[in-house]
Amino acid sequence: MSELSGLYALWYREFKVFLRERSRIVSSLVQPLMWLVIFGGGLSSSILLTGVPSGINYQSFIFPGIMCMTVLFGSLFFGLYIIMDKRVDFLKEVLVAPLGRTTIFFGKVLGGSTDGFIQVIILLILGTFLFNIHLTLYSLVITLIVVALLLISITSLGLTIGALMSSPEGFGLITSFVIFPLFFLSGALFPIKNLPSWLYVFVSINPVSYAVDALRTVILGVGSFGLAKDLAVLVVFALVMLFIGTEAFKRMKF
Amino acid sequence: MVSLTNVIETHELTKRFGELVAVNRINLKIEEGEIFGLLGPNGAGKTTTLSMLATLLPPTEGSAEVNRFDVVRQSSQVRHSIGFVFQDPSSDDLLTGKENLYLHALMYGVEMKNIERKIAEVLKLVDLTDRQNERMKNYSGGMRRRLELARGLLHEPKILFLDEPTLGLDPQTRVHLWGYIKKLSKEKKVTVIITTHYMEEADELCDRVAIIDHGKIVAMDTPMNLKRNLGGDVVRIKVKKPNMAAVKKLKYVKHAKREGDSVILTVNDAGSHLQEILGKLGKIESVESRSPTLNDVFMHYTGSGIRDADAEGGYFERIIHSQANNR
Repeated sequence: MSELSGLYALWYREFKVFLRERSRIVSSLVQPLMWLVIFGGGLSSSILLTGVPSGINYQSFIFPGIMCMTVLFGSLFFGLYIIMDKRVDFLKEVLVAPLGRTTIFFGKVLGGSTDGFIQVIILLILGTFLFNIHLTLYSLVITLIVVALLLISITSLGLTIGALMSSPEGFGLITSFVIFPLFFLSGALFPIKNLPSWLYVFVSINPVSYAVDALRTVILGVGSFGLAKDLAVLVVFALVMLFIGTEAFKRMKF
Repeated sequence: MVSLTNVIETHELTKRFGELVAVNRINLKIEEGEIFGLLGPNGAGKTTTLSMLATLLPPTEGSAEVNRFDVVRQSSQVRHSIGFVFQDPSSDDLLTGKENLYLHALMYGVEMKNIERKIAEVLKLVDLTDRQNERMKNYSGGMRRRLELARGLLHEPKILFLDEPTLGLDPQTRVHLWGYIKKLSKEKKVTVIITTHYMEEADELCDRVAIIDHGKIVAMDTPMNLKRNLGGDVVRIKVKKPNMAAVKKLKYVKHAKREGDSVILTVNDAGSHLQEILGKLGKIESVESRSPTLNDVFMHYTGSGIRDADAEGGYFERIIHSQANNR
């Protein structure tokens, strides 16, 4: 019982703080909008997408990828807050509470994922009005499931890095080595059919590619791996990251 | 063997960080309802000891029981029994005072139906009822301390740990806070373990104190006894060329040392012997005689060398400090 209310407490804190820091919400949306409006808009007129129906322009094509990017950047940097908590004694206040480390970790994942979920939903709403994105109930449900799985995985990854590092600089260094390969090798910005085979290998071992592919399948009807395989990979990815994160939290020094 | 009234017992409690022995075979027995002070210079091992008692750090050797639960094997029960007020701010700035208390109540599994009542109760205890809905970034240092004190009590712990509770506060706020600590120890009947290097704080608050240095307990008693055992009054004499040998021969001079252009003596019944001392010592410029304070006791046991402030606190603090210094 106390583990459950503890879980709720940790989620409550992250959520309240998120709602109170409006700048966090705004800044999290600026970047994807720039990609969509400037990068997407700029390339739309001059790019020819192979293997994609002609009704889909480049801007709509990268929309699922930009959704994943929002998750990627927002959730990975969520791990930075744990380093902030370490710098003051807030983390100790949590660690000295009679809660298991697993509970603390899951509470953080839940809190971070909620933040990301809200950002993605705002982006989806903007997408339907501005970027010609149409969702049915079915595609909305699958979209939310895919986003949730990716959020859990990436938040766990961010928290794992945060648990192992003790300075924001160190965190920044590690994440920049992680975040750009995950993003650029996900097929967020290009179709993955007809890629050079060396590049295709990297794309196909990147779990984020499967989230992009799943979203593209349900939102635009264009996919490469197949939805069942996408979802299976994402579930496994989420489980593995949750496991690694839990272990990292158990070993976390303060 | 655990006595019924001891809420904390340690046996040869030891913590090593690599080569460094931060806490060296400490044996403590703290009784229920006591306000117990852990005094020591920076880096003496106070925070590390507290962290082990609070299950935040595992001991390298030895054992400790808190509320008769073993800190290693029964850490969850130990955590339920204790409240902890940390040295550094440990509440969320963006949340209100009340929200921080609410979070704490949830984490400690306080029953939902009791949460509101208990929050109101502890807020009243520290006089923060009318500021409870303000965000904590608007709180002063003293208010923040008071709120964290209240938070430490929320789940009705048997033992409350206060790590340097008045560090960085102005004298008025400090005296104010002492009042709160005394009040809650009396009203809530909690055992309070306090670390500090403010001697007047320890003298004012603590029933008993232990002085630790280099990870070892060098003295442990009531402040009154410690002062008495120092053996008399402290006399400070400013003198050009003191005849130390002559003074040291005097039976009632317990302790004599030079400090700059002064001589500091510990003398039995200074009033009736001062004349003779002054006569033997040489040409006197000024004399000052007073009864010993806890500060004298502290200096007596720990010496007067300046400690490396960098080593303050536990492992965690050291990591942070070393990183702050790397900038």
